Amino acid sequence: MATKAVRPKKRKIAVRGPGKTPIKLIVNGETHELLVEPRRTLLDALRKDLGLTGTKRACDEGTCGACTVLLDGKPIYACMALALECEGRSIETVEGLARNGKLHPIQAAFIEEDALQCGFCTPGQIMSVKALLDENPNPTLEDVKRAVSGNLCRCGAYPKIFKAALRAAELLRSGS
Amino acid sequence: MSGDFAVVGKALPKVDGLAKCTGQTKYADDLSLPRMLYGKLLRSPHPHAKILRIDASKALALPGVFAVITGKDLPIKFGIMPSSQDEHALAVDKVRYVGDPVAAVAAIDEETAERACELIEVEYQKLPAIMTIEEALKEQNVRIHEDFGAGGNLHKVVALEFGNVDEGFQEAEYIREDLFFYQGSTHLPMEQHACLAQYDLDGKITLWSSTQTPHYVHRALAKVLQMPESKIRVIAPPVGGGFGGKDDPFSHEICAAKLAMLTGRPVKITLTRDEVFYTHRGRHPVLMWVKTGVKRDGRITAMHFRSFLDGGAHGSYGVATTYYTGALQPVTYKIPHYKFEAVRVFTNKPPCGPKRAHGTPQPRYALEIHMDKLAEDLGLDPVEMRRRNLTGPHHVTVNWLKINSNGVRECLEKVVEASGYQKKRKRGGGRRGVGLAISTYICGAGLPIYWNDMPQSEVHLKIDRTGRVTAFSGAIDIGQGSNTMLATFVAEVLGLRPEEIALVTADTDLTPIDLGSYSSRVTMMMGHAAIQAAEKLKKLLFEAVSEKLGVPTERLVARDHRIYDRENPAKSIAFDEAARLAEAKFGTLAATGSYWAPKKLGTYKGSGVGPSPAYSFSACVAEVECDPETGQINVEKIWLAHDIGRPINETLVIGQVEGSVYMGLGEVLMEEQEFRNRLGIHKIPSLLDYKSLTTKEMPPVETFLIYTDEPNGPFGAKEAGQGPLSPVIPAVANAVYDALGIRIDEIPITPEKVLKALEDKAKGGKGRVGPERMPDFQFPAPIKVEPPK
Ligand code: FES
Ligand code: FES
Repeated sequence: MATKAVRPKKRKIAVRGPGKTPIKLIVNGETHELLVEPRRTLLDALRKDLGLTGTKRACDEGTCGACTVLLDGKPIYACMALALECEGRSIETVEGLARNGKLHPIQAAFIEEDALQCGFCTPGQIMSVKALLDENPNPTLEDVKRAVSGNLCRCGAYPKIFKAALRAAELLRSGS
Repeated sequence: MSGDFAVVGKALPKVDGLAKCTGQTKYADDLSLPRMLYGKLLRSPHPHAKILRIDASKALALPGVFAVITGKDLPIKFGIMPSSQDEHALAVDKVRYVGDPVAAVAAIDEETAERACELIEVEYQKLPAIMTIEEALKEQNVRIHEDFGAGGNLHKVVALEFGNVDEGFQEAEYIREDLFFYQGSTHLPMEQHACLAQYDLDGKITLWSSTQTPHYVHRALAKVLQMPESKIRVIAPPVGGGFGGKDDPFSHEICAAKLAMLTGRPVKITLTRDEVFYTHRGRHPVLMWVKTGVKRDGRITAMHFRSFLDGGAHGSYGVATTYYTGALQPVTYKIPHYKFEAVRVFTNKPPCGPKRAHGTPQPRYALEIHMDKLAEDLGLDPVEMRRRNLTGPHHVTVNWLKINSNGVRECLEKVVEASGYQKKRKRGGGRRGVGLAISTYICGAGLPIYWNDMPQSEVHLKIDRTGRVTAFSGAIDIGQGSNTMLATFVAEVLGLRPEEIALVTADTDLTPIDLGSYSSRVTMMMGHAAIQAAEKLKKLLFEAVSEKLGVPTERLVARDHRIYDRENPAKSIAFDEAARLAEAKFGTLAATGSYWAPKKLGTYKGSGVGPSPAYSFSACVAEVECDPETGQINVEKIWLAHDIGRPINETLVIGQVEGSVYMGLGEVLMEEQEFRNRLGIHKIPSLLDYKSLTTKEMPPVETFLIYTDEPNGPFGAKEAGQGPLSPVIPAVANAVYDALGIRIDEIPITPEKVLKALEDKAKGGKGRVGPERMPDFQFPAPIKVEPPK
């Protein structure tokens, strides 16, 4: 069962630095070589080094879910991961969802159900829903609530986010 | 007005939803420019202190630091209201709250800027801090503002009497007094405030900022930087939530501009979450006292309302907030004699300001619980008590507010019926309960913040020879959907689809004035301006088409991308072809629309706050499940009916209602902007500890839209973004009483307070938690105002 986005598990990483160090990040299937300080978070690497600003920062301390991305298919808070820890692993961000000019069904469902207001929490919500549906194509309302419980929305779009997630599941199951 | 609309009122998706769902929307912090530097503010660690010395030499010597500025560099004061110019971009001489900006740095990256801030030496001499309303009222020697306010630590004092309350109380057969306290809370938009300033060598400043009020930021920048407004351009990219928290011009905006001027490089400042808590401008904590006289049948004969507002360290919108705590009580209930007294004080805490439903949820909380208590005393049921006092349509209130459409009665009946309120009431068996409340809100403040005779909203519209329509408006979308509103109004008039209208918004160089996204004004005011501009263009199109088709203009209709003859729809011309015909006939196609709010009726001092082109109304029933063991309150369901006049987009309106319910539930159950007493340090400046509703606590919301077709509204519309918040809070409090028989007259209703009240009740007490006494304060003699005949 997919659970809410979390701080990534601690992994052993070889000591590097001081100073900038070269790393390879695989984001949305594309490999990027970059030079970062060892303390660079994945969130900063995405936003500042790669210009992938779709992933949002709303606290930088692992409390809001705006920065949720998928790491090897599991939702994590990008602000709580070091870029180094993610080296060589698959990272998915909101920018990677639409393919060949076609929206991902989760995005289509969010638009259709109006599951957003200001849109600032939306990329994170969508990634959490993606993690859920990848694992559980037929979630209950409770499953949805749990999956996005780590994603705050101060616009209070929750009721519509629930609907959109269930609608997306439907769309995915029907293969559209 | 009948329902014959093509796009208005339909459940259509937001025009900017796709960009937001794909990560393409660029919010302020997503922008960057070549050679950009990062700015940081050094903030005061003390709630109240004199600045004896600032030495930035070590910071300046740090490699990667480009500039450091302090209060000396920005000596001119600013503030959102002309009457409250009491802020410096950086503290001069003294600091007034923890978090008060003292210096600003521009450096090559954020880490260097942070390190530089740590290297700035500031010597403070601590001053006694004033942390509560009581202290502020009493303290005469220590003053937070020496040269501003109403003396001592008072910011604003109001005393108004409409009619004659003494007479009103004499007519009463029963009188009741109650005290309430409404804790402060903060907006906490998900997007942290951010701005990016660029300085061109021709002397022009461009500032991109996450602001709800680019026009007011424009004015403040010009004032503080001493530059002509023509040399300043303010652009508001889409805002990631505001709720009133981005309504003021802010220190970081002015500092970014100044640092860009000094360094000649673009400077970006993004506040951290911690800084957002200290920047605040949120809900005022308010202590309230209300006394009401009624006849035995429940009819109100007189009301006397007092509010004591804790304003924090600056004026901000506080003068307006102060008046708002008294302005709208007579809009829902007929009050023949009404006295309102209020005082706003300064304290050494982050400034309070406007939060969703600005200054009205606090008195509404007090009033709706008070109404329930009165009903109980009189042996009436709470619905009947309200019914007997409701205002109706086409009513002028005792304080001279003009109501046109008024669906408050329908709202009340709707939620009572749909929730089964009467059946569920008093059946809780000590666990479950239902509560009821009603409320109202303005659809735009009748007056601009700086008084002037120019329009409050303007729209420019053009059609090019491909048939492409572009709308230009100063309005800024903060998630409330103003972009969709603008596109929908224009599309409706011209017979197009909202998503086809190109939008240019919130850019002071390119767009005409809209005063900003506050006071639920945008749909009302921008809507009228947009319709007017579109009607002018439609007229030109029709003239050209009429000539071509030989059909009189009165018979033409614009719909579905065509202009056609109503009597013979086959006779038609495609929209883009019509645009070319019109351009050939008239030259380039452009038009403007302007909106002025109707003149206010009241002429007394203070009559500027409260008037609005229209009032929305809401009613709410909350059902709660309480755990007497733990004190935990779970809201099981919310029924909310909202008099929207007519929805321009039903989906968006329901989203605004649900969002308001969400925020109201946070305020009533858990949110608190609380400080460690003498230290002035925020207790919980993190999204984790500052409790707000998550998906798990969010109950189902059943929304009912009541149509009243407001004569002053664009296509009959009224506001939706703020009004529905207010009734949720007292409805929950009343439900807790219904379930447990305890009165929590002080929000938030935390488990601790519930347990305390239960304990008190078990010991034979009243089972109440709330303020016990009013502070000693002598209000001046009121301004006497004759009520309308
Ligand atoms: S920004 Fe990462 S959890 Fe808030
Ligand atoms: S849509 Fe604004 S925070 Fe979720």
